[in-house]
Amino acid sequence: MATLISENEKPKRGDDEPRFVWDSILNFSGYAILIAYSLLAIIPIIIVVMNSFKGRREIFTTPYQLPNPINLTGYETVTTRTSFLGYYWNSFFVTITVLVLVLLLGSMAAYALSEYEFPGNGFLALFFALGIMIPIRLGTVSIIRIMQTLGLQGTVWSLIILYTAWGIPITVFILSEFMRDISRDLKDAARVDGASEYRIFFQLVVPLVRPALATVAVFHMIPVWNDLWWPLVLANTEATRTITLGVSEFVGQFKTNYSALLAALTIAMVPILILYAIFSRQLIRGISAGAVKS
Amino acid sequence: MNRNASRKPFPFHIVVFILPALLCYTIFMAFPLLDSLRLSFFEFSRDGSSSFVGFGNFQRLFSEEFWSFRFWNALKNNVIFFLIHMAVQNPLALLLATILTRRGLRGVAFFRTVLFAPTTLSYVIVGFIWSLLLSPIWGIVHTPLTNLGVPTPLLGRADTALFTVALVSVWQFTGLPMMLFVASLLSINEEVLDAAMVDGANAWNIFWKIKFPLILPTVGIVSILTFVGNFNSFALIYTMQGSQGDPNLATDILGTLFFRVAFGAGGASEPNFGMGTAIATMMFLIILTGVALYLFGVQRRLVRT
Repeated sequence: MATLISENEKPKRGDDEPRFVWDSILNFSGYAILIAYSLLAIIPIIIVVMNSFKGRREIFTTPYQLPNPINLTGYETVTTRTSFLGYYWNSFFVTITVLVLVLLLGSMAAYALSEYEFPGNGFLALFFALGIMIPIRLGTVSIIRIMQTLGLQGTVWSLIILYTAWGIPITVFILSEFMRDISRDLKDAARVDGASEYRIFFQLVVPLVRPALATVAVFHMIPVWNDLWWPLVLANTEATRTITLGVSEFVGQFKTNYSALLAALTIAMVPILILYAIFSRQLIRGISAGAVKS
Repeated sequence: MNRNASRKPFPFHIVVFILPALLCYTIFMAFPLLDSLRLSFFEFSRDGSSSFVGFGNFQRLFSEEFWSFRFWNALKNNVIFFLIHMAVQNPLALLLATILTRRGLRGVAFFRTVLFAPTTLSYVIVGFIWSLLLSPIWGIVHTPLTNLGVPTPLLGRADTALFTVALVSVWQFTGLPMMLFVASLLSINEEVLDAAMVDGANAWNIFWKIKFPLILPTVGIVSILTFVGNFNSFALIYTMQGSQGDPNLATDILGTLFFRVAFGAGGASEPNFGMGTAIATMMFLIILTGVALYLFGVQRRLVRT
């Protein structure tokens, strides 16, 4: 459509020629900026990964060349001197459990708020929404005292409970927006057929919002996996360290062992980059949905 | 639904649906945030007992030279940290988003994925990557910069460290506001833009006269997200400059000050819960003021126009 109109206009309007030149300049500089910034975003990551497969001498003499031959001393140091597999398992266990809990609790609450009208509905929605803006970190001292009272301080369960609480506000907010879009007729038809409210939720509503659930999951997964603060203050023992905290502690100890440092960073970042490559579409959709809905 | 509600028995299912999330959120997030405000009126001794001191912690925070210097220094650094994000990260994100939403651009998905990649990494990884790249020992970025006449080492000098750490943070997070701007730019009605094109408006005018006013609500959201994120920052500075905000407190911000005071910086000093929660309360007030200004001032005005 647009091209048709501008082509029709062309013979009549004398100022189309400069606009064409202007457009090409814009197009060219657009690509130039995108490529330049893409390189800036990706080259530091590539340099770290590439040099993690080199010995100390090559890291310093030929930092920009591909590893040749591949040297795994850094990885040997990391795997023999620390329990990286254990850190991985902690991160994995915490993240998966949190995602299951956040999706279950969050979607149930979102359904209650978006489906039923009851006294206090508006207040509860606002109460949950406040948690999106106020950083939970400011309550850390009190949280440590609570976890100590419950005997959970120093366990991965303290992390799981905390990350679940942290994820609930944004999950309730996004999911209730999606649940409002579900047709009322569908649910009422099920009610006429005698389905219980629980059945309607689990067998009708949840399958319909599955894409939104995936989006929320990817959305919450990254901050949980990457978090440093809570493992640092709640679960900083050899047995409960997450991979992020493990790397942080490792780098502090091996400050001058460059192959080990680079290997540790690579080990910590590659899984999240692979997951990102697989789920980037969900993630990007999630951010866009959040932006447009709010 | 609403009509029948009064005739139905007590709706237990609503309670079942909402209670687990409500309890978890209330006990482990809402309550601690309020309780933390309460704790800032107490002093804690080593055996775990506490005594009420009223505004004592705040009085010391603002009147004792040791505390007031650290607090105002951290606040000043935090403001600078935030202003660098507003001046560099968000305009850069808007520029990239505008390019990404140009018609006929090829490789949009590829560029979006690559540009967003650093945002998915943890602060710890990003911090160490850049510490290594900028370190004088490896010299991989340090040496070329020194040869160009840049004052180095960037992370070791009091006059460049904060600026450098802020730019590393910008490197990590530009992708996020960029995505928000992309979503917002894509939601602009195509016909409006077509009409402007037909009228002979150039790209510059179309951007400033049509697109920018239409995406102002997103500019507001991005600004408040940047504000809350920056005044709650911790891990990047902790990773790159340590819990003391080296060199010489030049990169100390409220988050690192809070950590150091409340939890004793991993054994370097005695944990001080009272003063720690007093600092957290100040952070709470600062963030709340920002959010309130946004909700009642900026957002309301933007929605009306």
